[in-house]
Amino acid sequence: MNQPIARVFIVTMLMFGVLVGATSWWTVVDAQSLNHEHATQNNRTLLRGLKIRRGAIRAADGSVIARSVKNSEGNYSRRYPQGDLFGHPIGYSYASLGQQSGVEAFYDQDLAGSVSDTESLLGELTGRQQGGDNLQTTLVPNAQRQAEQLIAAASPVNGGAAVALDPKTGAVKVMASVPGYDPNAIRQKNVFSRLSTDARNKPLVNRALQFGYAPGSTMKVVTLTAALDSGKFSINTPVDGKNNVKISGVPLRNDFDESFGAIDLTTALAKSVNTVFAQVAEKVGKKTMREYMERFGFDKKPQLDYPRGAMSAPGVYGSRGQLLRPTSDKVDIGRLGIGQDQLQVPALQMAQVAAAVANKGVLMKPHIGERLVDRDGRTTRRIDPEVQSKVMSEKTAAEVTQAMVAVVQRGTGTQAQIPGVQVAGKTGTAETATGTGTKNKLWFIAFAPASDPRVAVAVTVNDVVGFGGDVVAPIAKQLIQTLLNEKKNP
Amino acid sequence: MSARTRELFALVPAALLLSAGFAAIFLSRGDLLGGLNGTNQVSDVSLTYGGIFLGVCVAAHLVLRIALPDADPYLFPLVALLASFGLVEIYRIDADLARQQAQWFVIGVGAMVTTIVILRDHGKLERYRYTIALGGIALLVLPRLFPPTNGAYLAIKVGSISIQPAEFAKIAIVVFLASYLRDTRQVLVLGATRVLGVTIPPLKHFGPLLLVWGTAMLLLFFIRDIGSSVMFFGGFLAMVYIATNRLSFVVIGLLLFCGGAYLVAGHIGHISDRIDAWQTPFDPKLFDPGKPGGSYQLAQGLFAQADGGLFGKGFGGAVLELPSGNCGADAQLCTLLPAPHTDFIYAVIVNELGLIGASGLLCVYLLVVQRGFKVAMLARDSFSKLLAAGLTTVFALQVFVIVGGVTKVIPLTGVTLPFVSYGGSSVLANFVLLALLLLVSNRARREA
Repeated sequence: MNQPIARVFIVTMLMFGVLVGATSWWTVVDAQSLNHEHATQNNRTLLRGLKIRRGAIRAADGSVIARSVKNSEGNYSRRYPQGDLFGHPIGYSYASLGQQSGVEAFYDQDLAGSVSDTESLLGELTGRQQGGDNLQTTLVPNAQRQAEQLIAAASPVNGGAAVALDPKTGAVKVMASVPGYDPNAIRQKNVFSRLSTDARNKPLVNRALQFGYAPGSTMKVVTLTAALDSGKFSINTPVDGKNNVKISGVPLRNDFDESFGAIDLTTALAKSVNTVFAQVAEKVGKKTMREYMERFGFDKKPQLDYPRGAMSAPGVYGSRGQLLRPTSDKVDIGRLGIGQDQLQVPALQMAQVAAAVANKGVLMKPHIGERLVDRDGRTTRRIDPEVQSKVMSEKTAAEVTQAMVAVVQRGTGTQAQIPGVQVAGKTGTAETATGTGTKNKLWFIAFAPASDPRVAVAVTVNDVVGFGGDVVAPIAKQLIQTLLNEKKNP
Repeated sequence: MSARTRELFALVPAALLLSAGFAAIFLSRGDLLGGLNGTNQVSDVSLTYGGIFLGVCVAAHLVLRIALPDADPYLFPLVALLASFGLVEIYRIDADLARQQAQWFVIGVGAMVTTIVILRDHGKLERYRYTIALGGIALLVLPRLFPPTNGAYLAIKVGSISIQPAEFAKIAIVVFLASYLRDTRQVLVLGATRVLGVTIPPLKHFGPLLLVWGTAMLLLFFIRDIGSSVMFFGGFLAMVYIATNRLSFVVIGLLLFCGGAYLVAGHIGHISDRIDAWQTPFDPKLFDPGKPGGSYQLAQGLFAQADGGLFGKGFGGAVLELPSGNCGADAQLCTLLPAPHTDFIYAVIVNELGLIGASGLLCVYLLVVQRGFKVAMLARDSFSKLLAAGLTTVFALQVFVIVGGVTKVIPLTGVTLPFVSYGGSSVLANFVLLALLLLVSNRARREA
């Protein structure tokens, strides 16, 4: 009888093997799907989130942007003491809603820590850290407040965006988007659904990173860079700036239908002569334009520490909303060279254009986070400045800087002049809808001081009567002043 | 080193596991250092618990030392290990339940000792085999007189105590079958005719086999529980196979059972609900916490296991209840994982200790099973062999039915995880089962 007993034992072992196999299936093989693809049925991750004290998020001056507070039941919830000021860059994180956005979402793992407080000895034994780190950001509250107020004042209905960078490090000092929202209000489910379905104002969309506008003449900085750095033009090359030059078979107008003679490129940038830069772009060619645009960061999503899904790639968009390469047949390279032709560029990209010129041709990766600090104040991770790309030679950068200085000294951007500080800038005015009115998308990009730049900004306001040089340049000027007066970390 | 001394030393790790487990729970609750009292003194409560546990085990060991000096030295320590595991996990779920379970553990050890002392020789059981068989069937049918829980007739409620007679019935039926098959095993084989290479037992002995099959069907029909039917019938088939060494009997039995189960299952709504829930646990129509035959429990069990992953969340890390505010006034809707201390304790263990911990637990069960079959192989007489093998098979099947149910290998049915799940009947019955195995092994090893 021993033989059948042994066989029954073997069958039993096989059955237990099946049990171990099934447990492995649910715990390891299929775990990802169970944990993440059954959001309406499985709320464990969400519930655990309620027990986690997320680290705080701080502004450059040390003030708290976001912190977690505990309720009587021992569940944590997020509070944003500065209200709607940092709604766009920082976003929100509510475990009870299962909703996260912005920097909160990008740094979620650091802020939440991989293991919560309630977890035990075994969790520690397997070498996982407890609790979340605090995040120190590079955002400057008073400049941020100023940017939001000035944009809201200039365009109360349609809003706009502003981004200020430290050109040497890529640190984001200001990321303003109007209209904004108060992340504290998101806590209520009905408020969240109302804001997220508001199709007209789209208050939850960060216009500094999405919803690009045509950059208008600010794009001429890119065209000028491509022309000079590729060696196809020198800064003194005269180009005919007469009105109504045919570009792609269609005559192109200068502002006020002004005609210029043969002028050099510095003057052409200062006076923002459309026909000159359209011809330059055509001569430089699609291939070279594409190469330089890509070096500046066009055609790809920004390398910002922000959820990729909430950023759009700056570039030319076709009629069906698809991203076109500048080399595509559908692209009118002349009009692209002056910032028209379906270019959709969020503010961050144009701030990066200014920053690349400012930083001697080297574009730094933009970042909002500066360092992660644990509860005992030790820095656990530093977000070090990194080079995103080498856009142009130092020589080209110096020449473009001189041309941009000319814009502010004697061209379309004189409103951005700051006594005692040399500002380099470029205006932009893109027509929203030709014929129906005179509402424009207005731009100004700038950096200062020109000799040793510490700030690069891009400001845009949407659907406003006037020119970039009149409406937006003063906003950029005030932002630059505020940021230049800002003391380094207190 | 003598068998009993080995047993004594093997009890120490179980007690240490209990201490360490309680320490881990106290630590995760943050009251290791005096906690709420703020005394800031290192608490020795977990060591005290471990000490008491060890004391009870050593007392039982002393009885074994005198009564069954030659019994298998590993069975009792392995069971103690399982029990300590269960106590820690139940304590983490509900401290009051753990206190009751600890009492049941002591009573269970007492029942084991009593069985050993009174019986002295398991051969005596053969004399009362028909009484035992009738008693077993009566125990199975008894719950029909009481209202069902979750559609199945498994429990009888006396006051606040709920008894599950099926736990005891399984032992009675194995005892009867071991005795019956001992007598008939020769006839079943020798009197058999071979038809197309398949051994068909003689008709007059076919009758009792059909009777057992009928009982299993009746169980399915009366008790409305697939799990216990599988346990009984599986145990029966294993015993018939061991008695006759004829695979054809097993095949015929399996076909009969599957056919019968198919017919019966289709007619009992609660069983076909269970099968639907088993096939598509994430179907939104079935996933409803308020629906009795729904898949909510199974799906939550799977989520809990996925949450555990390879290493688990640690003792105290599983989320078992929704915070108030996220559920209505109905307390049942606030339960994220229903029945965490009984049917779904395996899911909680996987959630907290991960695949590693759960595999360890299954290994302990497999070791118990291995010792059980070893006892059966060492035993000299057929009755002892069949008894030990039958009890071991039923024990293993019980583990398979509940763990398989929780891991979606088979449709879910409510049986307990032996020695680990909360439940007095289960602890008591399984300690009696252990007592019988020890009795068999004592004689087998003495003679060997």
